[in-house]
Amino acid sequence: MSIWPSIKTITSDVASRKSSARDMVEKSLQIIEEHGEFKAIISLTKERALKRAEEIDARIAVGENVGRLAGVPFIAKDNFLVFGAETTAASNILRGFNAPYQSSAIERLEAEGAICVAKANLDAFAHGSSTENSDYMTTKNPHDAERVPGGSSGGSAAAVALSMAPFSLGTDTGGSIRLPASFCGVVGLKPTYGLVSRSGVVAMASSTDVIGPIASTVEDAALVLECMAGKDELDGTTIERDSQDYSDLKPVDLTGIKFGIVKEFFGSGVDESVRGSIDQAVNQIKSAGGEIVEVSIPSIDLALAVYYILCPAEVSSNLSRYDGQRYGHSDRDAVNLEESYAKSRSVGFGNEAKRRIMIGAYVLSSGYYDAYYQRAQLVRTKLINEFNKALESCDVLVGPTAPVQAFKIGENIADPLAMYLIDIMTVSANLVGIPAISIPVKSNNSLPVGLQLMVQQKQDKMLLEVAKKVEEVAA
Amino acid sequence: MSNYKATIGIECHVQLKTKTKLFASVGNDAREAPPNSLISHICLGMPGALPVLNKGAVELAVKAAHALKTHAQNHSVFDRKHYFYPDLPKGYQITQLYYPIILGGQVDIVVDGEAKTINITRAHLEEDAGKSTHPAGKDYSLVDLNRAGTPLLEIVSEPEIHSAQEAKAYARELYLLMKYSGVSEADLYYGNMRFDVNVSVSATDKLGKRTETKNLNSFRAVEKAVEYEIARQIEVCEKGGEVVQETRGWDDAKQRTFSQRSKEEAHDYRYFPDPDIPPVQLSDEYIQEVEQTMGPSVDTMRLTLRENGLDEELTETILDNAEIATACFDYLAQFGQEKKSSAVLLWLGQLAPKIANDNQKSQAELHYSLASFHELAEMVDTNLLSSTQAKKVFEAILLDDVTPKTYAEEHDLLQVSDSGELETVVKRVIDANPKAAEDIRAGEMKAIGFLVGQVMKESAGKANPGVVQQIIRDTLK
Repeated sequence: MSIWPSIKTITSDVASRKSSARDMVEKSLQIIEEHGEFKAIISLTKERALKRAEEIDARIAVGENVGRLAGVPFIAKDNFLVFGAETTAASNILRGFNAPYQSSAIERLEAEGAICVAKANLDAFAHGSSTENSDYMTTKNPHDAERVPGGSSGGSAAAVALSMAPFSLGTDTGGSIRLPASFCGVVGLKPTYGLVSRSGVVAMASSTDVIGPIASTVEDAALVLECMAGKDELDGTTIERDSQDYSDLKPVDLTGIKFGIVKEFFGSGVDESVRGSIDQAVNQIKSAGGEIVEVSIPSIDLALAVYYILCPAEVSSNLSRYDGQRYGHSDRDAVNLEESYAKSRSVGFGNEAKRRIMIGAYVLSSGYYDAYYQRAQLVRTKLINEFNKALESCDVLVGPTAPVQAFKIGENIADPLAMYLIDIMTVSANLVGIPAISIPVKSNNSLPVGLQLMVQQKQDKMLLEVAKKVEEVAA
Repeated sequence: MSNYKATIGIECHVQLKTKTKLFASVGNDAREAPPNSLISHICLGMPGALPVLNKGAVELAVKAAHALKTHAQNHSVFDRKHYFYPDLPKGYQITQLYYPIILGGQVDIVVDGEAKTINITRAHLEEDAGKSTHPAGKDYSLVDLNRAGTPLLEIVSEPEIHSAQEAKAYARELYLLMKYSGVSEADLYYGNMRFDVNVSVSATDKLGKRTETKNLNSFRAVEKAVEYEIARQIEVCEKGGEVVQETRGWDDAKQRTFSQRSKEEAHDYRYFPDPDIPPVQLSDEYIQEVEQTMGPSVDTMRLTLRENGLDEELTETILDNAEIATACFDYLAQFGQEKKSSAVLLWLGQLAPKIANDNQKSQAELHYSLASFHELAEMVDTNLLSSTQAKKVFEAILLDDVTPKTYAEEHDLLQVSDSGELETVVKRVIDANPKAAEDIRAGEMKAIGFLVGQVMKESAGKANPGVVQQIIRDTLK
């Protein structure tokens, strides 16, 4: 349980000067320091945070309205550019890179008075499901330090679970917010594709990257989304928001809401402990009046294969800019341009980045493009159609966020395929572009289990309202 | 040698005259800007920087399509083209491979009086790369990213061009189309239009291996490079050799092409649709709306000039000089097509380029004072000014924006039509040339021209020659 009260309580306390932004920032920095051994944090933005806190307190002192997140400390995954702060994406090639501009998401949160106090660890360039692919360190799971926190937003999820801040920001390309949220026992929201601007966030796979909050409660996550969502002129793929007040969550009566159990999500690959918790949660939803139906999405078995063609294709392209010529790691001993590229990139990128660059370059090569990239896009379209159909027969899709609970550090590191399989339940929402949320449900052992809910595109508000109710009945 | 047929296709990169770059709100006019002064995080390929399509560039592409006698596509898509080079910050260029914004179209040319249509295969929007320079003797290179992200429209012709003259005519006509449709500044000096010519020769029906000579930035270079390549390739074939498919450059000083890289080194660009840029969807209504804002087409302009009595050569000269052409059309728009207008068009077409040149001014620096032109034409029409003197006044308008009447009076240029005044001069001339006067009295009318000339000379060109002739006739009757 978080030691922080709700975000709305924090802001009202800060605004009424019961506490101050400076107190909040100092408290956050103190907890970060106390839990240093979990390696959730790559760097602090301490000076900047304290300065901003003082500004906010000064503005409150003269009676100014300082926004819906005034004085709330948060932690950003280290692939968000925060002006003037080091932004590494946990990679060697961006070590020492100070952001010359700021991501739109951070910009909007700061405009509401939120204060970024630290940058969280991740799998380098968000490639991974455990933070073990970080070029710097592996974050430890707050519930069991021998286990991974999930990834790639493992640092962000662990930070919230450790009460380092009331909320954090993550990115979700194939499950990177929801999976660590499920492993760490916190709430992770992946909004509709395009609802939050990607500008200023180190790109992984542009067609599936989304930005979202990790928090202790659905209500807090909703408020953070409310402050970030909507069209941004710096990102041509952003969409208009479906609601002006995501945080104004109306009480929901589960009676009359149809929950679709995706039958393909309950196959043999699901651990008994996960299955037990999810069954229990589904029963609680049913007892609270929810209607449970079974739905089938036949192509879902192909989702992972599609994802691991399209995602590396985009990754190989998006990582082209890290060439050691303008910023980031540059090999100083290279004698010519070609060598400079080769040496800068072979040292700067870790194994997983290299693996994805190679797969991506391969599937985009002339002669292979049709067989891999094009065909994967066709299957993606089929998957979209099947999800649309399934979501016509029910309101919310429900199932486990991951087939397993947090695994041991090192357990899957030698087997990339086993690691990729962890994403099997999350990647579809990214390929289809629909919103999804992972919320913790009652676990029968000491490790958390996450329940995933998915709804139709641009129904983020409805998803949050249902999730809040499920959170009440199934926690 | 004559049994070889040359086949030529031309690709042209046209720089669009948008205010800002194709995907970044940064100034687009890099002509006089210091290196790396027109850049942002997007032009630099910073982490997290996203391209956002400039709608102005799309609008200009719609206009270009109309100038090429077709309509822009309703659906087009941007793709990424990958290669590593320091002047390409993202490691890929954003272009349109699979669904270009223009498919089809045509350019009509005339060579040696013969009309011909060159079809357009496609035209697509893409961003330019930056500029690399490699200082001689240094162990570094310099990169200027001002040009990185500048919007280009690459126009690809069908291989339907068969001579150097046709290639030149095509390049020039394309220039006129882009210039007058407002798509591009089309300033060749600044490389606003760059041509790549694909040339092959064959003595049979089967096409020969082609070479691509890149980065030609004048019509003459296009003509000469094609001419050189045709001759070079024929020579290779004649000697029993084989033309190597390759990229070549043009050495303007030596007037020859040279090998740059062969096809063996060709890249695999790994094209795929850019996921950062949603497909461009243009409604028929939007396309029509944009097309309706466009001025007259080059064909219409050409026809109008001819209808106003200009010959083909002068018509084309005027079209080649956009400022002058604009002045011509603005004049016609303001004062209408009438007989007097032809004189103004003639002055503009024949004199203005020379006046600019003689006075070391650009044509843009001249004063195109339409009302003054009109006043001047009226003075000639009403015999206030001889056509010789009118040219002096015209020059003064262009250079100093003078008022014609005042200027003519101040410089004593007005025509003398007062017969009393002229009779005195005629008498003096007849007295000085008794032989000529005798011939005329004897009915030898040829001599009258000589006497008129003498009177004109005496009056420093101001005498009205018609009036003078009548006075001579009356006197010697």
